[in-house]
Amino acid sequence: MTIQFNDESFRDDYTFRNSEWAIKRFPFPFHEDSYMYSVNMEQHRGGPEGSVYEKRFDVDEHYVSEMKDRAIVLDQDPLRCQSLPHMTLAGWDLLELIMVSKSEDYPDLFELHRNGNQWRWINKPLGIDHSFTFMDETTLPYGPMEYITRQAQGDYAVLDQRDDMLWMDAGMVTTQADWSLDFDIGMNFFEWHAPVPLAHEMGVFQRALKFLLNIQQGAPARRLNWTMTVNPLLDTSPENYSKWGIQKTTLTPENIGRKQHLRVELQTFFRLPRSNALVFPIRCYLCAFEDLMTVPKWGRRLHRVVRDLPVELATYKGFINNRPLMLEYLSQFDDGLPTSPGVWPDLETEPPLTK
Amino acid sequence: MSGAEKIQVKVTEITPLNELVTRFRFERVDGGQLPTFSGGAHTVVEMQDGGITRLNPYSLMSDPFEQSSYTISVRRDDQGRGGSLFMHRQVKLGDEMTISYPVNLFSLDLRARKHLFLAGGIGITPFLAQIKQLDVLHGQWELHYACRNQALASYADELAERHPHETHIYYDDQKQAIDLKGLLNGQPLGTHVYVCGPKGMIDWVCNTAQAQGWPADCIHYEEFLAPQPGKPFEVHLKASGKTVYVGEHESLLEAIEREGVDAPYLCRGGACGQCETVVLDHEGNFVHRDHWLTDEEKAAGKKIMPCVSRFEGKSLVLDR
Ligand code: HEM
Ligand code: FES
Repeated sequence: MTIQFNDESFRDDYTFRNSEWAIKRFPFPFHEDSYMYSVNMEQHRGGPEGSVYEKRFDVDEHYVSEMKDRAIVLDQDPLRCQSLPHMTLAGWDLLELIMVSKSEDYPDLFELHRNGNQWRWINKPLGIDHSFTFMDETTLPYGPMEYITRQAQGDYAVLDQRDDMLWMDAGMVTTQADWSLDFDIGMNFFEWHAPVPLAHEMGVFQRALKFLLNIQQGAPARRLNWTMTVNPLLDTSPENYSKWGIQKTTLTPENIGRKQHLRVELQTFFRLPRSNALVFPIRCYLCAFEDLMTVPKWGRRLHRVVRDLPVELATYKGFINNRPLMLEYLSQFDDGLPTSPGVWPDLETEPPLTK
Repeated sequence: MSGAEKIQVKVTEITPLNELVTRFRFERVDGGQLPTFSGGAHTVVEMQDGGITRLNPYSLMSDPFEQSSYTISVRRDDQGRGGSLFMHRQVKLGDEMTISYPVNLFSLDLRARKHLFLAGGIGITPFLAQIKQLDVLHGQWELHYACRNQALASYADELAERHPHETHIYYDDQKQAIDLKGLLNGQPLGTHVYVCGPKGMIDWVCNTAQAQGWPADCIHYEEFLAPQPGKPFEVHLKASGKTVYVGEHESLLEAIEREGVDAPYLCRGGACGQCETVVLDHEGNFVHRDHWLTDEEKAAGKKIMPCVSRFEGKSLVLDR
């Protein structure tokens, strides 16, 4: 299908909207009526047709506007994109992975023509037609990682693997849930995860690291993470906390359905061939509460998850103060009926709200 | 599913290099391109040897950025259980085989200002790919390569010819030896040392470097252990409810697979940690041969790496 790209903003007047198509394919992250951290990883080899899991790098209606938002962030704060000198090869690996994947998965939108190291890249949605020499930085306007991630939705952490450990040695991070590349650059897997509550004690990170170190070429993996965001902001960074943190106090019973968004990250993991580094794309999807409530199963379930979430998690995710307001709103959509297992909307089979 | 992704290849060149070592070239059966890889990576080659499926890891020695073919070099091990003998005696030009995607447990540290390579015998193979990678990246390196004699010095001539300043060859039969202490002492700050060869050489290099105060993260080694034959023993697999007899010439992992039990693995050489298996009960002694478990873990007897390790005694029960 051809995608109609929205012209929308993720700041100031917040014209961001999800079409009905985007709501149906939203990666709702809860497969049951409660939530706790776990090593929730699975293979990333496609998924149901039309779902966000189908392609290696999902492209949707927000693509063009998200790339404009990224350009604004980088313009104001160039440190959102960093690559330590030894990570350039991994940058080329990433450029190749994204160009090959997108041109194969979306041939109507992207084309890649290769003749040895002479490459021509056509990105129709962004109006780019660029010939360059692979592995020759002087033929690109930016370093290879920056060049390609200015054209790909989601944040990218590029991890060097050394001594049975992962190191955050490069990244493009402009759509993050309150963490900072500039702070984390050069840190290892345990160091950058230090602020996360409970998971360390549960052994989640030991097991997760072991899994990641063994991710092999040709066998990518994925998992979901989630948090809450008031207003459809992509850039909820510590650097700009003064601008967005305060917006959390603007929620009222009247505006919460429109303003409060569930923020879901589709995180994938690919081994990069030439550098043996690991890339960790973190793709952010936003959905307003009132849009989520159009799916009866999600309405019932979201209420129960938010209600029963441990205080530590609600605090870490930054919505402990707004939880009572959220529950007041969400409870209207929970009639106490059981929910079907799994994350899918099940619109045909789940009963409508009886309340 | 266990192991890395698989690729169907055919053998397009078999080149005996000397009395012990033969080189094999693989190309994709479907004519497509092979994945690029990073220098130091290996592939696991599947061999259908009579009724037995053997899976042996071999370092990829070809140019990592070259996608039309892969090459490996196999040293014949007359004492071993037959993997290398199979490659030398049974594999013919045009044969179709299954190999795994490249897996790297011995990659270059790309932060290094300089890479110091120490090779012993067939341990030269991963360095051949790393040297080609560094050629492209304009990295600085130096190779010290110890061989038994000139006749068995695989690739020594072409290395010396192509990289006369970087390559240093030592022949045992001419009583030439690497002056390791002097060599390590003279390295500029930011040098990383890599060693691949027989176990004695790896220990010597690691211990000497450590004693001279080299940081542990600047010392890299790779030793693929081929599983060694040993006394037969019996193992009970609790989770699958099977009792398996492990023969003299098969590994514990191979015996488990033969019984149709899916067990995880990657390197099959005691290095990656994937096959780690919990021991539920045992009466007897472990023959731990892997590089994965710590000495304390080996002594505790609660885990075993079935790709290379064995057991001698009355009974062994695994959680598999
Ligand atoms: C190498 C890839 C990964 C990177 C780069 C990464 C990065 C991060 C970062 C930057 C944070 C925010 C920490 C902060 O508050 O400053 C985070 C949070 C977290 N990470 Fe990871 N992570 C990775 C893989 C994983 C994996 C495989 C798991 C699997 C269990 C995991 C579990 C978590 C959890 C549970 C949180 C807390 C999230 C929340 O409650 O909102 N991470 N991660
Ligand atoms: S399979 Fe790698 S250690 Fe056993």
